[in-house]
Amino acid sequence: MKNRITELFAAKKKDILSVFYTAGFPIQNDTAAIAVQLEAAGVDMIEIGIPFSDPIADGPTIQESNKIALDQGMNVGLLLNQIRELRPQIKMPIVLMGYLNPVMQYGIEKFCKEASQAGVDGLILPDLPLDEYVKHYKELTDSLNLSISFLISPTTSEARIRQIDSLSTGFIYAVSSSSTTGAKSEFSAEQQLYFKKLQAMHLKHPFLIGFGISNHTTYAQACEQGAGAIVGSSFITCLKNSKDLKTDIHQFVKSLKG
Amino acid sequence: MKFEVDERGYYGQFGGAYIPEMLYPNIEQLRDNYLKIIYEPEFQAEFNDLLKNYVGRPTPLYLAKRLSEKYRATIYLKREDLCHTGAHKINNTIGQILVAKRLGKKKIIAETGAGQHGVATATVCALMGMECIVYMGKLDMDRQRPNVERMRILGTKVVPALSGNMTLKDATNEAMRHWINHPTDTHYIIGSVVGPHPYPDMVARFQSVISEEIKKQLQEEIGNPYPDYVFACVGGGSNAAGAFYHFLNDEHVQLIGVEAAGKGVDSGESAATTALGKPGVLHGSKTLLMQTEDGQVVEPYSISAGLDYPGIGPLHAHLFDVGRVQFVSATDDEAMNAGIELSRLEGIIPAIETAHAIAALDKIELSAEDVVVINLSGRGDKDLETYIRWGKY
Ligand SMILES: Cc1ncc(COP(=O)(O)O)c(C=O)c1O
Repeated sequence: MKNRITELFAAKKKDILSVFYTAGFPIQNDTAAIAVQLEAAGVDMIEIGIPFSDPIADGPTIQESNKIALDQGMNVGLLLNQIRELRPQIKMPIVLMGYLNPVMQYGIEKFCKEASQAGVDGLILPDLPLDEYVKHYKELTDSLNLSISFLISPTTSEARIRQIDSLSTGFIYAVSSSSTTGAKSEFSAEQQLYFKKLQAMHLKHPFLIGFGISNHTTYAQACEQGAGAIVGSSFITCLKNSKDLKTDIHQFVKSLKG
Repeated sequence: MKFEVDERGYYGQFGGAYIPEMLYPNIEQLRDNYLKIIYEPEFQAEFNDLLKNYVGRPTPLYLAKRLSEKYRATIYLKREDLCHTGAHKINNTIGQILVAKRLGKKKIIAETGAGQHGVATATVCALMGMECIVYMGKLDMDRQRPNVERMRILGTKVVPALSGNMTLKDATNEAMRHWINHPTDTHYIIGSVVGPHPYPDMVARFQSVISEEIKKQLQEEIGNPYPDYVFACVGGGSNAAGAFYHFLNDEHVQLIGVEAAGKGVDSGESAATTALGKPGVLHGSKTLLMQTEDGQVVEPYSISAGLDYPGIGPLHAHLFDVGRVQFVSATDDEAMNAGIELSRLEGIIPAIETAHAIAALDKIELSAEDVVVINLSGRGDKDLETYIRWGKY
């Protein structure tokens, strides 16, 4: 069975650009249109956030986008419908990212099956414990060919990074600093050291660097050290201020890539 | 013990540690060390000394004669309201600050709703000379001004939580975000038996001094350590966990948890989690949670800021699930009436949280031989404003 994430990383080892945005933001029906523009602008992968009332790992920008999406009635069922519509329009991998509770209420098994059928390639569930995943869900996601990525941060021990590497499928999400999500203008020397350490570990899976990537400088640094970068908050800000999605998305991606 | 947390951090189907990876090192450190630390003789000596000489323990077990007469049973009040700072919350903050020191942490953060846990945290931070930040919903800061100022007098920085509905749930979110951003030098003192494992177990152990004392005191009073009933109000569930703890395996002791029904369980303005909640994940544990069909957390309501939380601790969710604890609820009006009644019959103005436990006397069929212990979790000083606004006295 083919998985678009595995294929992407097999074909492209460097400079992968993955963009995160919240489903149903700024307007409920924008989810698919944004993805189409991102692909046209040269983005390699998208991560679509499932909005939640209590996003404890997120800074103010993504918190606000969650709230706006929820106020407009966004939910898991609607998102899966949007993905079904979107899938034929783009070729790149689609990852869904979200806190566990909305997925749990939808039914984890049902969610995984429907997501896979809709053409989703991978999942990131930051508050799903590793041992729960192994005990209850690994078999399911493996059978559905859904890739699962876990987060690591600068405070994650080497032993645990190895464990996460052995349990992940697809790629590893390397959080750039111990922090909530949010844009920063550059990476510190300490962060650079952490990326180098990761590189030197020669993990089985490629890692993408996320959290704090907002401009060409941080994007280029991430690409130098890892397989590429994940951009979230600064893209949400772009969407929030946008008068013309198509122009602004193309402009955003162009300025990142430099 | 039958209701003890298992090694994965679960009570039956509830509990666990559902946290983003950025919090994992902190939680792992706490999980791997808390039992070792708190059962060191030196820790125990310091903890017990502070409980005795600083908090004022043991707190009295008081035979409430006039209340007993009215409800035709023998009713004792466990006087946690006489603890320093006016509630049981300080039993936990003393324990946790001693743990934090031994983990080498330099700074403390906490969340608070009514401000009681915030004040108890600010107090122990002053005592130990540690820097302290308390997150409090902006709305709660406006509702509970005196406690905000108490914290400030004690040298704590009170930060308004401006997200969501700006109450306890949002203050907890902000405290967790702060911890993610300050992972190495900071300990988060959670105020109830909620949060990721090992918090529920650790907080329950620190509060278990309540039932330990009740047993001893009842033995002395009536020659039998076992009451027929223990009543306690349940917000997150820390005072209830403490009052139930040493009775959990004695199935002949009936344990009654009292939740806040707000304006009525079915009014849409309630905080009665066992009646309205479904299993879900919030603030690091799987527990009963008030939420929409889509899994979005519902904003609860109660006249008492300390009970207005959309979940309960995973231990309580399990005790509810297996039927070991009977949960009932009291409305705003029932609680306020019970608060006035206790004031008039016994000369004790209870916290409005606590008044919910008193209100349950009307809901449980008691017989003349029954011995009932009500955990008087806190005093009403902080609630004068609410009593005055309610006005029916
Ligand atoms: C006096 C008092 N009782 C009870 C509670 C509820 O908390 P818990 O259920 O953790 O005891 C509070 C919380 O602020 C309180 O101040």
